[in-house]
Amino acid sequence: MIDLNMKSLEAKVVVLGSQGVGKTSVVIRYVGGMFSKAVSPTIGASFFTYKLTLEQYRVKLQVWDTAGQERFRSMAPMYYRKANAAMLVYDITSLESFYDIKDWVKELKKNVDTPIVLCLLGNKSDLESGRKVSKEDAMEYAASIDALFYETSALKNTGIEDAFLQVSKQLIHLYETVPNSGMGAVVNQHEPDMFSTEHSLKLPYKDEPTQPQAQSSSCQC
Amino acid sequence: MASEIKEADHRASTSDSEAGNVDLLETNDIPGNSDNTLLVVSDSYADLNYVDINDSDIKSHRGTINALVKKKAKRGNSVTTADDGIAADANENNGRDDEDVSEHIDNTSGNNVENDSSEVSVDDSQDDCLEQNLADLSLQETEDIPVSHLIRSTSDSDYVNSLEWKQQRKHIFILSDSGKPIYSRHGSEDKLVTIMGVMQALVSFVQDSEKDNLRSIVAGDHKFVFMTRDHLTFVGISRGGESTQQLLLQLTYMYNQVISVLTHTTLTRIFKQHRNYDLRRPLSGAEKFFDNLLNLMDVEPGLLLTSVRCLPLDSSVREVISQTILQHAKVKDLVFALIIAQNQLVALVRMKRYHLHPMDLHLIINLINASESFKTAESWTPICLPKFDAGGFLQAHVSYLDEECQSCLLLLSVDIEAFYILSECKSRIKERLIRYNALEAINASLKKRSYSIQACSITDLRHFLYKARSTAQYTSPEFETPYHTKEEQERLFSLYYYLHDRIHTSGRPLKILFHVGQYETLLGWVTQGFELYAVFGPLVTKMTAIHAVNKLLRWIKREEDRLFILSSATF
Repeated sequence: MIDLNMKSLEAKVVVLGSQGVGKTSVVIRYVGGMFSKAVSPTIGASFFTYKLTLEQYRVKLQVWDTAGQERFRSMAPMYYRKANAAMLVYDITSLESFYDIKDWVKELKKNVDTPIVLCLLGNKSDLESGRKVSKEDAMEYAASIDALFYETSALKNTGIEDAFLQVSKQLIHLYETVPNSGMGAVVNQHEPDMFSTEHSLKLPYKDEPTQPQAQSSSCQC
Repeated sequence: MASEIKEADHRASTSDSEAGNVDLLETNDIPGNSDNTLLVVSDSYADLNYVDINDSDIKSHRGTINALVKKKAKRGNSVTTADDGIAADANENNGRDDEDVSEHIDNTSGNNVENDSSEVSVDDSQDDCLEQNLADLSLQETEDIPVSHLIRSTSDSDYVNSLEWKQQRKHIFILSDSGKPIYSRHGSEDKLVTIMGVMQALVSFVQDSEKDNLRSIVAGDHKFVFMTRDHLTFVGISRGGESTQQLLLQLTYMYNQVISVLTHTTLTRIFKQHRNYDLRRPLSGAEKFFDNLLNLMDVEPGLLLTSVRCLPLDSSVREVISQTILQHAKVKDLVFALIIAQNQLVALVRMKRYHLHPMDLHLIINLINASESFKTAESWTPICLPKFDAGGFLQAHVSYLDEECQSCLLLLSVDIEAFYILSECKSRIKERLIRYNALEAINASLKKRSYSIQACSITDLRHFLYKARSTAQYTSPEFETPYHTKEEQERLFSLYYYLHDRIHTSGRPLKILFHVGQYETLLGWVTQGFELYAVFGPLVTKMTAIHAVNKLLRWIKREEDRLFILSSATF
C-alpha cells in the first residue's frame, strides 16, 4: 500500500577522487551489492540509480561514478555542477590520493554555488597494514570542510551503507530547508505515480546549461 | 553499373594477368553494393596514407561538430544555407607541403641471406628454421646501427634489452618532436628513452636538410616506417609481411587513436604551449586502446581494407532494428546511433548529410572492444572521431542491451547535456528490441558465428575477403582448417597483406593478380565496385580460379541482403 503522505525526491550524487581509489567498487558495492576484484577503469562516467525510502521520502539517487583518469578531469564540472552531493573518495594507503581531495574541494568551492552535501570516504580500510592516512587527520580535515566522514571497505562492505544513508538524510534536510537546492521532485513518466504529483514542487532550476556548445566540445586540459 | 563492367573488362596490362583469361571474368552485378551509402566511402588505401585529416575529398562528405552547432544556432533564424563552408574554415590548418623523399638505406651487409627479387614467394616459403636465422641476423644488423649498445643495461631495462624484445614481430613507437617517449607496444616506453632519441635524431636529421621527411628504412628483413604529424613521430618496425604503405596505414590508425582521445585541437595546443610536454599524462589510461587497436589489426582484416564487417542477419530483422532505433532515438543533435556486436556492425542510423567513416567506426569498435567498464553501467564518454571532426568531441552514450553484454548500443551526440534523454531512448529501444525478438536474432547469429567457406560450395577455395567499395563493408568466412591455428592465421594474413600490397602499390596498381605460392594460390581482383582477395589450394589453375571467383561473386550476390547493410537509415 502506498503511503499517501510519502514525498519523493530525486538527487544527484557525484563520486570524485583519484584514479584507482575504488570509486567504482564503492558504488557497485552500494548499488549492486557486489564486489569484484577485476573492476576495469571507468571510461568517461558511469551512471547508476538507487532508490531508498527514508523518513517521509522516496529518495532516488542518481549516482555519477566519474573516471579518475587525468584525461577525463575536464569533464568533471559537467557532473558536479548539477550535483546535490559529492562523495570524495581517497585510498587510505595513498597519501597522494588524500591530498588530491583537497584540490577537489577547492574546485568545488570555486565552481559550485548551490548548496552541496560533502562526504569524505577513506576507502580500502581493510588494508590497515598499508595505511598512510590516519583516521584522525582525515576526520579533522572533514570537519574543516564541513563534510561527513567514513572509512569504507568495498571488499568487506563496511561503512558504505552508512555513508550513503547519512548523505541521503542530509539531502532531505537540505531539500526541506533550502528552497533552491536544485533538487527535483521525482517526475517519472514510467511509473504511474499518481499520488506524488500533488506534492511535486516545481523548483526553479538554477543550473540551466549556460555554456555554449562549442566550448563544451573541446577539452580543457 | 555499365561503367563498372567495362572497368572489369578493361585489361590490366600486367605480366600477371594474361589477356585471354580476363574475358572469362564476368561482373554483371556487383554484390553488396548500394547507392544508399551508410559509411563514408573512401577509396581507402592510396588516399589515406599520405593525406591529412583535412582531405578535401572527405571534407565534402563528412560533418563537423562546429557545423552542427552553428546550424543549431541558425535554426532560430530559420536560415539554412550550405554548411560546408563552415566545415572548411573550422579546420584549416596543416597545408603541409608533402615533399617527402623515401629514403631507402638498404642495409645489404654481408650477412643478408636471401633477397629473392622478381617473382616473390617469400612470405609463404619461409620455414621456421630460416626465420630463426633471419631473426638472429637482424639482431646483428640492429647492432650495426648504433642503437642497442647505447642502452645501458640496468636491471630495470632488462626486458627491452632481451632477445625476446628484439624478436617481436612488430614494434610501434610514438614519440614527441623533442624525442620524449609516449608509447611503445612492447616494453615500457620509459626504458626506451635512448632508442627513441636515436629515432628522433634520424627523423630530424633528414628534416633539417632540405625539408625532407624520413619515410622508411629497410634493414635486412626489417622495415622501419616513420610518420610525422602534429609534433608526433610514429614509428613502425616490422619483419612481418606488411609493406611500407600498409605500415603507414597502421600508423595512421595510431595517430587517429591519439586524436580520438585528445582531439586535434588539444594536441596542437599542448605542443604550442610546451614543446617539451609529456603527453603520457593526458593519455594515461588510454594505453590499452593503443594495445588493443594493434591487436585488432592482426586479427581483423577490416582495418587493412578500411571497411567494416556486418553481423549476418536477415534483412527483415535488420530493418526492424534500424527502424526501432530510428523511431525511438529521434532526438535533436543525435548524429549517429549504432549497435555493435563482437566487432561487427549490426545497424547504423545516421543524421542526414553526415556519414561515418570506416576508420572512425574502427575506433568506436576499438573503444568497445578494449573496455570492460561499459559492462557495469550506462556510460557517458567523450570521443573524438578524427574523420568526422578532429577538432572536438562527440559525446557517446554507451550501454549494453543484453545481460550477456553482447550487443552494444552507442548513441553519439553533439549535445553534452543529452545523457538523460539518450538514456530514455536506450530504454525504449531495448524494450522494443526485446519485444520484437531482435536481440534474440542477434544472439543467434553471434552463436552461429559467421559462415563456413563450405557454404559457398566452391572446391579448393579456402578463404576470401570481399569488400564492396560503395558501401565500405566487407565479408569473409570463418577461419577453418588449415587456418585454425594462430600461426596459420598469421600466415594467411601475411598472404593477404602481400596480395593487397601488390595490387595497390602506387607505382603500378594492378586490377588482377594471380599468384602461385608454395602452399596456396592467390587471386586478387579489384574493380571500381569491389575488391576480392581469394585464397585457393596450391594446385589450382588460373582457369579454375577464375571460374571459382565468378561463382563466388554469384554466391555473395545471393547472400548480399544478409551479409551487408544495403539500405541506409537516416534521422
